[in-house]
Parts: sequence; structure tokens; C-alpha cells
Amino acid sequence: MTNSFADFKKAQMIFVIGSNMTEAHPVAATFVKQAAINGAQLIVVDPRRTGLVDFANLHVPIKVGSDIAFLNGVMNVLINEDLYDKKYVESCTVGFEDLKAKVMEYPPERAAEISGVSADTIRDVARRMASVKPAMLMYTLGITEHICGVRNVLSCANMQMLLGNVGFECGGVNPLRGQNNVQGACDMGALPNVFPGYQRVDNPEARAKFAAAWSVEKLPEKPGMMIPQMLDGLLDGKVKGFYVFGENLANTEPDIRHVEKCLSSAEFLVCQDIFPTETTWFAHVILPAAAWSENDGTFTNSERRVNRVRTASKPPGDAKPNWWIFKEIAKRMGQKWKSNSARDIWDKEIAQLTPSMAGIKYARIENDGLQWPVPSEDHAGTSFLHAEGCFTCGLGALTPVDWVPPAEVPDKEYPLTLSTGRRLYHYHTRTQTGRSPGIDDLMGEETADISPIDARDRGILDGEMISVKSRRGEVNVKANVTDRMPEGMVWMAFHFREACANWLTNPAYDPTTQTAEYKACAVRIDKLK
Amino acid sequence: MGDTFMLNGKEVEFKKDDTILDAAKRVGVEIPTLCFLKGATPTGACRMCLVEVVGGRALMTACSTPVTKGMEVITDSERVHKARKMNVELLLSSGKHDCIVCEANGCCRLQDLAYFYGIKEPRFTQTPVEELYPVEDVNPFIVRDFSRCILCGRCVQACNEVVVNRAISYGYRGSANKIVTGGDLPYNDSECVFCGQCVEVCPVGALTEKKAKGLGRPWEVEKIRTTCPYCGVGCQQWLHVKDGKIVKVTAVENAEPNQGRLCIKGRFGYDFIYSEDRLKTPLIRENGKFREASWDEALDLVAAKFKDIMEQHGPDAIAGVSCARSINEDSYQMQKLFRATFGTNNIDHCART
Ligand code: SF4
Ligand code: SF4
Ligand code: FES
Repeated sequence: MTNSFADFKKAQMIFVIGSNMTEAHPVAATFVKQAAINGAQLIVVDPRRTGLVDFANLHVPIKVGSDIAFLNGVMNVLINEDLYDKKYVESCTVGFEDLKAKVMEYPPERAAEISGVSADTIRDVARRMASVKPAMLMYTLGITEHICGVRNVLSCANMQMLLGNVGFECGGVNPLRGQNNVQGACDMGALPNVFPGYQRVDNPEARAKFAAAWSVEKLPEKPGMMIPQMLDGLLDGKVKGFYVFGENLANTEPDIRHVEKCLSSAEFLVCQDIFPTETTWFAHVILPAAAWSENDGTFTNSERRVNRVRTASKPPGDAKPNWWIFKEIAKRMGQKWKSNSARDIWDKEIAQLTPSMAGIKYARIENDGLQWPVPSEDHAGTSFLHAEGCFTCGLGALTPVDWVPPAEVPDKEYPLTLSTGRRLYHYHTRTQTGRSPGIDDLMGEETADISPIDARDRGILDGEMISVKSRRGEVNVKANVTDRMPEGMVWMAFHFREACANWLTNPAYDPTTQTAEYKACAVRIDKLK
Repeated sequence: MGDTFMLNGKEVEFKKDDTILDAAKRVGVEIPTLCFLKGATPTGACRMCLVEVVGGRALMTACSTPVTKGMEVITDSERVHKARKMNVELLLSSGKHDCIVCEANGCCRLQDLAYFYGIKEPRFTQTPVEELYPVEDVNPFIVRDFSRCILCGRCVQACNEVVVNRAISYGYRGSANKIVTGGDLPYNDSECVFCGQCVEVCPVGALTEKKAKGLGRPWEVEKIRTTCPYCGVGCQQWLHVKDGKIVKVTAVENAEPNQGRLCIKGRFGYDFIYSEDRLKTPLIRENGKFREASWDEALDLVAAKFKDIMEQHGPDAIAGVSCARSINEDSYQMQKLFRATFGTNNIDHCART
């Protein structure tokens, strides 16, 4: 996020798109709800009537996957009605003319046709957004889990820059990260193209610096593979050895059948985890790891805050901290790594090698964590980025983007759109929440959420078993008939193996990030006899 | 100097919108409170924070009375103490307060106040609320014992104004007054989402955690601060640990980013680590089955196999996925292993999902 959670409660205008915050980020949602009951304007853009809609001044139920058309439509109005921030655009951004040319192709009427909301609603949104400054934009996976995920993000950024909202408290573009340390895993360079701190592997200077620190002659310069390519590589033999640390790919990746075929083709698969999972079934070696409260370390949250994690109890049996396991493998391959605790690794390696975190040391984050960039030890951290519109890389780039439909759209045979996500009570594949006594009592099975109209058309009653079928698979699941769902849409989660939405989802990916289109595929539903 | 008022005979500055409680706190003058909840509208329900305002006939509640210029406030007169003591006695008589068996024993605000005001035994006869409202604990996490409820309303404030789940309110009239969900249904048939914020703020033993029951008295547990292992908000938690085991989780107050709040997963989803299913030893697949192995054997095998693959097919024939749930230091080590030891950039994690 460019900004901080502390801003949510203070914001005067909040624009939430593709985020079911009350369920996926419940505590973040409490701040938004507080802002709303205290008088802030709240606009929620989502096909479903999500929990946050109950607090919104305006709910804009766009069709799944029409975000760019809708946002281009809003920007069209901002420019045509002269509502955008000219001074900001002139002094802080580049690319206005190109953006303008593109959004002119999306008059509100056209945007309305694609997104399924009226042209007047689009005008209303534009006028409201221009009426309060700054406005804060938040998004989650409803934006990124599309084949045009990157372009969706650019679109959000375009609108916020056009309105002059980036670089201020209570403004900015704020993705809420799904997992506790997904921000941290990125920051630490668990990505194929960058070292820790986003220093690129194809930059010779960065390579030389890390090679020296790690006492090796050279480091590979070619960016590596992303997860979907790795999985396909297992099938076509490019990848022989596969090391899976803590991920349950067999449930979380789209099209489970395909993923399982890939995993079973691995010549040598190592899984390192705290529980046996659907993925460890395929392993040749399983390494037992210490869990969350069994080792010291740090997590980095969505607002870039590095927080401490502490040991409360011992790992069971022979389970070991993950950093120790990696170090032991390196040792067996001839490398002696010095650091012998998470604290050493952070203070003596990460902080030394990562300029944006140079000022973060364990001693400084005993209580509240620090938000990077923290360039030096006397720096207090950064609560919002791009202060006053001064972008880190010079000017903010306005990037024109075109709308494309999802890779798979409804047709005669599969007439509904399936969208997927997470529910309040459970987390991912339930390896944790399914084992925390009590949570299953509150939610013990998956449902398929459908609208009353689709239910009536098919004679389906609330609570009846239905089949949900896509080109890739079929699951039987209980119908949850609710007026929070729009007509033509089915919604499911991936918490329960048997009724996991990923039997159905489409392995179509964003070309840049290789993020799968979990939010849209075509399905049919039928009442089970 | 800004506007001032007189506090216990001293001239004290105050800020716009300050209540007597705010202004007194700033200069270190303690006024006891019970129903007051930071961040929510003061209700003046418990009348523990009574103070004398010179010229006023009745005592005033400090938590809800705004300071005005020149006001004269006395916080520790005989009259004030007598009134506060009386209020504690009234609260003690409004229900069952048998501390020995109460889960809140040792972290109860009412108990502290009774002790402070030297109350030996209840002066008023107790109302048999137990018969009126039985304990409700049909859900897995929260026990509601109305016989201990003092109707301070902190839970109502927390639910409606802090976490804004709007699940509970005051119900019924007069002596039948009770905190209720919509339709007075049990929590799990109501709008309640089990964030547990009401439990967190309950100053007595009326709302307690079911899973923590009997596992440790407040003075027996060690509190360890940590970060929630679920979503990307990164809430700050206190782990209440007894004999090396987490018995309860509460939120860290006044800490960023969560400012004293948690959700169901953060508060109640901690005990998966004690599941019998945990992997406890390295396992090696042999003839289609897993058998237990020592660390040395397993790690030697992993290293040998990867070396083999690297020699035969080059380092890029190895690929790895790191974990977005685990600590930074683990991801750092894994990418270092791939880059520096194996010599490939084939390292990724589910960054975008
Ligand atoms: S658990 Fe949360 S939602 Fe339920 S009544 Fe308490 S505060 Fe309200
Ligand atoms: S307590 Fe809930 S909102 Fe907070 S980090 Fe954990 S999962 Fe997220
Ligand atoms: S704390 Fe002021 S009335 Fe309860």
C-alpha cells in the first residue's frame, strides 16, 4: 500500500474496488466502517453486495471483469467535465495526452454497456470522487486475479493520479495483501527477477554486491520461472527438482487436475511444511518445519511495516526452523553460512544488503514495527509513499490501458460466471483454521452462493445440493441462495477440498505476473436429483 | 497558554473537545472509570468517574462532561469518594460476583475497584439474575454469563462503534435490562462474527473465552507480543502463555496497525499449532510409502539429489516456491539457497494471489 491502515479511519472519501474487506481483512474493514459511520463517503465497486456495501453511500455493481471499462469511463467524465487535478497532472505525471486519447474511447455510455451499470452512475462516481480531496482507493484480489490484473492495477493508479490523490495522507492506491507475509516474501526476493529489496538480478552491480556478500563467484543473471511455468516445466521435463516450501499448490492453483499431473511428474519433489497436505502426497522427501509461534522472526504487513514474531512454544518432535533447514542444505553443498538465528539473518544480512530497510534492526522493532523505506537508523519510517506527488522514479506514469473480457466468458453451455475468494471464518486450504477447534463448528462446509433469480429459474432452494460444472471439473455443493449475489454469477471459496473452487477455475494468466484468473470462469449449475 | 480550568485547585490547560477525563489524564490526575471505552462515545452508564464541579448541584461524570473555561473540578473530595464507593456497592449487588469461581478473577475492573474502596461484603441484597437469564454458551468461543453483567455497555460500544459489527444492544426494560443480539438469539444465530471484541473490553467476568476456560489465571500467564499469522493486516497480538502453551490471544492496545482489535482468526485461530497432525520427523518416500528418517539422512538425500540434477541438467532444472506465510528470514534464506548455492533464479511464491 502507498498509505497506512491508520489513514483508513481518518479518510474523508473511500473508494473500494474488488475487495470483500469485512471477510478477507476484517480488522482493516473496521476502520473503513468507522470512517463511514462518522461521515466519510464510501463508494464500493463490486459485483456482489458485500458486507461493506451496508455502509456505503454508493454501491456500483459492475460485471465481473469489467473494471477497466468502468474506470476508463469514470476518467472520461473526469476529463470531459474538467474535474481532474490539472496542476498535479502537469507537475507530477507524464503521459496525460496518451491516457486522454485512450479514455476518450470510453464515453460513459460505452463503459455502461460493458460494465452493466448506468452511464449516470458512472458520471455520479466521477463527480463524487472529484468532490473530496484526497480520496483513498483500496483494492484486493478482485483487481489482480484476472488475465488483465496488471492493467486493472494501472487503471486504479491512473484514476488516483488524475485526481491528484497519490502522495498524501488518506489518499493513495492501497492493495490489501492477502497473506500475512506476502509483502515480506516479495521484499525478500522470493521472486524470479529480483534480489531482496527489488534489486534486479539482471543488474550487474546488484549481482556483484550479492555475490560478494554471499561469498560466491557469480550469480545467475537470467530471470527465472514463475509458478505456472514451473508446473508446466515439470510436465515437459524442463524442471526435474522441485522444492515446495509451505504452499499447498494442489489446492490453491487453478485447475487441480492439471496441477496434480504436474506434481506427480516431478523427478524429485521436496516439501517443507508443518502439516501433511494434498501437495505433500506427491513428495519424495518431507521436511517438518517449525510454525508461526515456534520461532523468532519478522512479518511485513500490507502497509510495509516490519513487525516482530516471537517464540511462545517449542516445535513438536523434530521440527526445525525453516531458515535452519536451508542453511543445512547449503552446508551439504559446500557453503558455510554464518548467521545462526533469524535476528542475525536480519541484522547482519538483510539490513546490510537492502537499502530501503537499512535502518530496521531488531532492537528498533521491539514494540511497534517500522514501515519501509527506512534508509538509516535515525529514520522513523515512511507512513505514505510519494510524498506530495514526488514519485520515487521521477514523474508518475499515466499508462493508457484497454479493456479485455475475461479469458472465458459465459455461453450457452456454461451460462454463469464463477468468481472465487475467501470467507471470514476460514483461511485458504484450512490447513490452519480447519485444525483450530471451534472454527469448523461455525462453518463446516463450502457453499455455492447464487442469486434468488438463478435459483428460481432452476428450481433450486436454499440449502439444496447442486452441481457446479466448468470445462475442467465438477463439484457437488450446497446452494446458498442470497440476494447479495447478482443474477448470472456464482461465488465459491477454496477452503474445502471436495468442494474446492479450484477444480473449476481457469488456468489463464496475466502475461506479466502470471497471476491466474481466479475471479472469472464460465460454469453451469444444476439441481442434483 | 491556551484556555484553562481549575483541577483540584491547580490551573490546568485543556484542548478543544476535551472531557474532564481527557484533560485530567493528560496532567496525570487519575479518575477511575469502568464503562468508558477509548474511541467510542461516552455513555455515562457506570458513574464510576464522578467528580465535583464547583457550583453544580449534582456530581458529574468526568468521561462525558466537556471542560469549559474557568470550570472548577475536584476529583478527590470526601463527597466524590463516598459516591464512587456507593456505586461500586450497587454494581456488586446487581448480580453474582463470587470471584473465586469467576474466570475473570485477577483481571476484573470491578474487583479492583471494590478492593480500592475497601468494600468487605455487599451491602445490598443481590438480585437473582441467574434465574432470569441463564448462561449462553452454545457457540464454540464465547461464554455469556449475564449474572455477572454490570450493564456498563462497553461491549455494546465496542461492537457498534469500534468494530462496527452492530450485533448487540441493550434489550428489555428496567430490572430485566440485558445485553441482547437482534431478537435476543444466541450469538451464533445472530449477526455476530466472533471477533471477540466484546470479550476483550468486558471489565468483569460476564463475557469470557470458552477455549481459555480453566487454563490459567491472569497472574500465571506470561504475555508475549507477536504478529497474527493470517491476513496481510498484520495485527499485533498478546499470546498468553502458560507452561510453554498458548492459552489465549488478545489484541495489543494502542499499537499499530490494529489499535486493539482482532478478528475471529486472529483471536481464536491460534491452536492449530498443537494439532496432532503436525509433521514431527523428516519423511522419505520408499516404495510408494513414507518412512521416518533422521535429519542427516533426509538432508543428505536432498543435497545429493539436487547436486545430481544440477550436474546432469544444469541449475535451471531446479525450481522452488517459497512461503508467503512464513517469516521474512525464511524467504531470504530460500532465495539465497537458490541463487547462491544452486545458481538459479527459479524462485517464486504466490506473490500475486
Ligand atoms: S464477538 Fe464481535 S461481533 Fe460478536 S457481539 Fe462481540 S463484538 Fe459484536
Ligand atoms: S487478526 Fe484478522 S485482520 Fe488481523 S491480521 Fe489476523 S487475520 Fe488479519
Ligand atoms: S466511566 Fe464515566 S460513567 Fe462510566
